[in-house]
Amino acid sequence: MIFASTLLPIDVTFGVIVYWLLLGLAGLLLQNTRAITQYIFPAGALGALILAAAALGSLGGAVNVAVLPLGLPDLPFHLRLDALSAFFLLLLGAASIGISLYSAGYFRDMPGNTLGLLCFEYHVFLASMALVLMADDAYMFMVAWETMALSSYFLVTTDHKVPEIRQAGFIYLLVAHVGAIAILMCFGVMQGGHGDYTFATMRSAHLTEFWSSVTFLLALFGFGAKAGILPLHIWLPEAHPAAPSPVSALMSGIMLKTAIYGILRVSLDLLDAHIWWWGVLALTLGLITALFGVIFAAVQTDMKRLLAYSSIENIGIILVGIGLALTFHAFEKDALAALALTATLYHALNHAFMKGLLFIGTGSVLHATGERNLGKLGGLIHHMPKLALLMLVGALAIAGLPPLNGFVSEWLLLQAFLLSPGLPHSYLNMLIPVAAAALVLASALSGYVMVKFYGVIFLGQPREKTLHEAHDIGIFERLGLTWLALGCILLGVFPVFVILLIDPVTQMLLGQTLGSTAAQTGWLLLTPIQPERASYSPLILFLIIVVGVIFTIFLVKKFYHGRLRRGPAWDCGFPEQTARMQDTAEGFGQPIRQIFEPFLGVTRIVPSPFDKKPHYHGESRDRLWNLLYLPIARVTEKISVMVGKLQHGRIHVYLLYSFVTLLALLAFIR
Amino acid sequence: MNGILLQLFQDTLVVLIAPLLLGWVNQCRAWLQNRSGPGVLRPYLNMVKLFHKDAVLAHNASPMFRFHPYILFACMWLAASLVPVIATDLPLSPAVDVIALVGIFALARVFVSLAAMDIGTSFGTLGARREMLVGFLAEPALLMVFFTAAAISHSTSLTTIVETLAHKQFIIHPSLAFAAVAFIMVLLAENARIPVDNPSTHLELTMIHEAMILEYSARHLALIEWASALKLLAFTTIGFALFMPWGIAEAGNWGALPLALAALFIKLTVAGAGLALLETISAKMRIFRVPEFMGTAFLLAVLGLLVHFLHGN
Amino acid sequence: MENFSGQLINLFAALLLLISFGMLSQRRVLSLINLFALQGLMLTISTVIVAYSSHQHHLYYSAALTLVLKVIILPWILHRLMRKLNVKWDIETLFNIPTTMLVGIALVVFAFNLAAPISMMGGAITKSTLGIAMASVLLSFLMMITRSKAVPQVIGFLAMENGLFFAATSATYGMPMVVELGIALDVLVGMFILGIFFFQIRETFDSLDLKHMEKLKED
Repeated sequence: MIFASTLLPIDVTFGVIVYWLLLGLAGLLLQNTRAITQYIFPAGALGALILAAAALGSLGGAVNVAVLPLGLPDLPFHLRLDALSAFFLLLLGAASIGISLYSAGYFRDMPGNTLGLLCFEYHVFLASMALVLMADDAYMFMVAWETMALSSYFLVTTDHKVPEIRQAGFIYLLVAHVGAIAILMCFGVMQGGHGDYTFATMRSAHLTEFWSSVTFLLALFGFGAKAGILPLHIWLPEAHPAAPSPVSALMSGIMLKTAIYGILRVSLDLLDAHIWWWGVLALTLGLITALFGVIFAAVQTDMKRLLAYSSIENIGIILVGIGLALTFHAFEKDALAALALTATLYHALNHAFMKGLLFIGTGSVLHATGERNLGKLGGLIHHMPKLALLMLVGALAIAGLPPLNGFVSEWLLLQAFLLSPGLPHSYLNMLIPVAAAALVLASALSGYVMVKFYGVIFLGQPREKTLHEAHDIGIFERLGLTWLALGCILLGVFPVFVILLIDPVTQMLLGQTLGSTAAQTGWLLLTPIQPERASYSPLILFLIIVVGVIFTIFLVKKFYHGRLRRGPAWDCGFPEQTARMQDTAEGFGQPIRQIFEPFLGVTRIVPSPFDKKPHYHGESRDRLWNLLYLPIARVTEKISVMVGKLQHGRIHVYLLYSFVTLLALLAFIR
Repeated sequence: MNGILLQLFQDTLVVLIAPLLLGWVNQCRAWLQNRSGPGVLRPYLNMVKLFHKDAVLAHNASPMFRFHPYILFACMWLAASLVPVIATDLPLSPAVDVIALVGIFALARVFVSLAAMDIGTSFGTLGARREMLVGFLAEPALLMVFFTAAAISHSTSLTTIVETLAHKQFIIHPSLAFAAVAFIMVLLAENARIPVDNPSTHLELTMIHEAMILEYSARHLALIEWASALKLLAFTTIGFALFMPWGIAEAGNWGALPLALAALFIKLTVAGAGLALLETISAKMRIFRVPEFMGTAFLLAVLGLLVHFLHGN
Repeated sequence: MENFSGQLINLFAALLLLISFGMLSQRRVLSLINLFALQGLMLTISTVIVAYSSHQHHLYYSAALTLVLKVIILPWILHRLMRKLNVKWDIETLFNIPTTMLVGIALVVFAFNLAAPISMMGGAITKSTLGIAMASVLLSFLMMITRSKAVPQVIGFLAMENGLFFAATSATYGMPMVVELGIALDVLVGMFILGIFFFQIRETFDSLDLKHMEKLKED
């Protein structure tokens, strides 16, 4: 008992990190597929459960601080577990339980040596993400951040024999490092010349308005590169499809959230100045990102790319929430800021579950059919009914439909928008309704995307013969998927409890909470302001629909004779239906492509009527690639050619360079 | 207790009169086109006929396909019973505000589209695609219309909106003029009415809603038709609640109920005739004019919200 | 009563704006002319209300002038022109309509912010009407920019004058009668001249599409 009373939550969470590292090492040493899938991954899931429980326990508790005797001399690692860290650790733990369980089933056919390496990288990845969330000095943070980037890079390039995957990995690594440099510079500015890189010092430092803004912009850029905010999103649709599905789930569901954590940590915790245009900038960027992501998601034909673009959209929505919270905070409307921040964190949690579920679900489809191309799937609901049901939950949730979880966070965010007028800035007051409209448009489009995603994969007739041999998911996969699907349902149906969980975070960052107002009429009814202004009860909504369905079925059963025949599909009397007459993913996305054609770089090869072997090819490319990245690449190349001229091969010229540098430095330091 | 009674009464009322409204609109349209018309009771008779028939399912229909009519019907029933049709004190209304109401419509739409894709026929997927195309612009437009009303009454609860608009001091809200135009456009699109869709043809070039439910028969089809009627009723009564809320009884005022009922019937009669007129004088659009039409509705609704804030400052 | 008439003016101002947007999103020339007439009617009614509530009797004359000129004569001339020129085509817009409207929304926001300090200063009946008037001027301008045919451009020009007139009534209770009469005459004469031009343009190019005017430049 003495032991239990001295065991702080931070000890438990750090213990889990060490435990994960040990598990990874064990996997690396064992190199045995059966042992790794049957024991190590489930054991990892157990660690995740403990982490989630410890984080849950410490939410609302006292702040834990620890100093590790590791690291460089006189530069120990500082760890800290406060409400913000605890919330994101909870997110990490809760979502990775499902993903690790799923991995236990998913990797069962992988050869032992590859799997041993993957198991190591996987657990290092998990541990480094947890460390990022717990770091309390810039040094620790950067070490963990880089470990996270590297381990995920190796995970992305698991199939390193495929050239596209190597290229995807390279782009990912490049963007990750450009971002990391910005983060490093951001910490450099924030320490304000004290030479002390602990977060505690940064909190107490007072920067001028200019330097605060510089810090914020650097943080937004650096973390934005990791989160996939426009225009730094390009690595996301490349890296996610390349990685094995559970890894995509970890990256999209959790790793992107560490970037969100970073933005929140810097802008609301470490910086003490708050300037209104930060929020507006984040809001605008978020809206553009959300709309961009969802439009591109609608025209994708690869199921994992589609989900990757959908992640970009969701990050955009989260950023909109952050922007709103920052704006309100800058104008000292902290109650509203708390509402917006709650919606943001809620959405982050939701997205971890929804996107985790969908990504590992695509893993099962890939495993069963060997296809990632939507145009070659179809009708899987007949062969994989369990997977189809669980994926339906994920698809409906991410489409933002009641009574599931995606809807609740969007509902809260919209409430924050509706309450916002009264800011002391006339243009801003008008920007906000327009922003609300854009947000609503993005979330309505995500419904389109999800109907396409789900309908093309699971419904209709199988588009290829081989699909008839698809097998349903095994027990571990089912456990993992069920855990995440249950999360989607419970987070959706019991919003008041979730908001009470988020309260300590908003209390810490803004000094305001939403929980007491939200629960003022009991846990059944969610009332963010006053009951007569807005209220929502997903549980009642859910029950009424269920009761309505049962009642209707009962009535029909009672009064109807119940005769039923099976026959061929009618289709307006057209007799020769084949699976190829269904819409493919391209066809389903065609209206969106037509409407938003100016924004998409569309290339199309249309066959003429006389082609013997007609071939259609359509591709929607990211215009930013040509407009932004290629010029940068060209300029970089030019500069490197110029720099290359410095290289003569004559040793005394090199010595001259060193000498000049030395002189310059001496002159500068003088 | 009284509230629950009222709720049950309204639930029964909407489900019973919904086909009547549909019949009335069709009858008016027939009159305007110099036809004698099928009579206002035709939808009921159709449903009786359908409920007598044997259901036929395609060989590869999945449970999704069989289950969907019930979900659709439950969603639309719920939506229609949430709108303050005759009185504002509905015990269910705190559970679902206007945003959630739009969510319910979206849920129904997603299920309709998924069920349409289930058999895997060319028409089914075509209908699903077009339905989502209309939906992704109609949904935000509807939400923006609601937001305009919500911004006026500082509440997203439909009962509070109605109470503010109907029973508080009479104020003209110019923003509602924009919202009303946008709302009518959304109503036409969401209910598959004429400039957007034609409910009475099975022509490949034009159909949206009908293409999705081609494979349904008998009881399933009856439920879907009934759900469509309920949706039309729900939209019409939402229109009444936002733009002409006069006559809806205040909470606790039981004496006003008969009057409210009479007002409802008069309004429905007029609105049904108006809808028929609107459908008669306009022509079906090409499908690629639809996004433009819906985009205009959406932007008008946004403008309404904007005008409200502009006036407020 | 004062308050109520203020609300009514607000309503008609909003309707004016709504019609401006309607014109922006309308493809057919005939509907465009009808919308223009409707806008004139709204203008007349709002002028009458301003006249009534502010007891400015000369505004009744302006209202009557508006009614005669903008609701009856100009639409009639335009209709006649349409019949004479035999142009009942669909208008093609240069940009697609939602984009045009999006720009329009931005213009409205801009106009309101521009008008806010002015209406604070002036003794306008309601604060927002000046913003709306300005917005409809800008929207009409936008319409002229985005149309390629001659008739819609002229309608845009006339609608712009509507906006100016509304600004004058709502902000300063109308212009002096002489000025108003002068403007009315100008518009009428302008209309006639443009009508003659139409015939000339069509005779030269066999079309009223202003794209052909590009040929007139010197190479």
